Amino acid sequence: MSALLSWSLQVSLGCLTLALVLALARVLIGPRAQDRVIAYDCLYQGVMLVVLVLGLVYRSSSYFETALLLALYGFVGSTAMAKFLLRGEVIE
Amino acid sequence: MTAPAWVDAVTSLLVVVGGLVALIGSLGVLRLGSFFQRVHAPTLGATLGTWCIALATVLQVSFARGELFVHAALIAVFVALTAPVTTIFLMRAAIFRERLRGAKDVPAFEDSSGPPASSSER
Repeated sequence: MSALLSWSLQVSLGCLTLALVLALARVLIGPRAQDRVIAYDCLYQGVMLVVLVLGLVYRSSSYFETALLLALYGFVGSTAMAKFLLRGEVIE
Repeated sequence: MTAPAWVDAVTSLLVVVGGLVALIGSLGVLRLGSFFQRVHAPTLGATLGTWCIALATVLQVSFARGELFVHAALIAVFVALTAPVTTIFLMRAAIFRERLRGAKDVPAFEDSSGPPASSSER
């Protein structure tokens, strides 16, 4: 791996970590439940991007399956919480 | 097997742009004023951020292995399909909850007599 690529992967991981911290701050201070859910969705997306970048850093293909599963769980979790906020129950 | 130099350069550019765009999206989630403004911000990370990093992965791994590797693009397609669904659900829930609370910045119920008894059409 060239020096440029390894440097830019570290920069990208730093940016994504900062993004996770900002989204986590909104999860903690969000005044209403929907603010927390949208920040949680953003947090899940950030974790998925971190896992993808880690897959580039460590050259292992199991990170891609992990990222796909994270995207799936993030979608299911956020949609279930949005449904709960809308109707008061998830499955009716 | 190692990738040529221009592949490393393009991968670096895509990865850094993806990380920066995701950072801008999270900054928007933290800094924007109301929920209806904040709901726009994560779209940056969901579209441009995910596509950039997924394309970087496809490019780098394809050249490193010497064969086409498209699994990572599958992630971007999946996120592109599911992120609008979540956002639309959340917007409806937020409008419903703000109406119940009697907020001024959302349109009221149409018959202005409180929440409908049954909202089976939703």
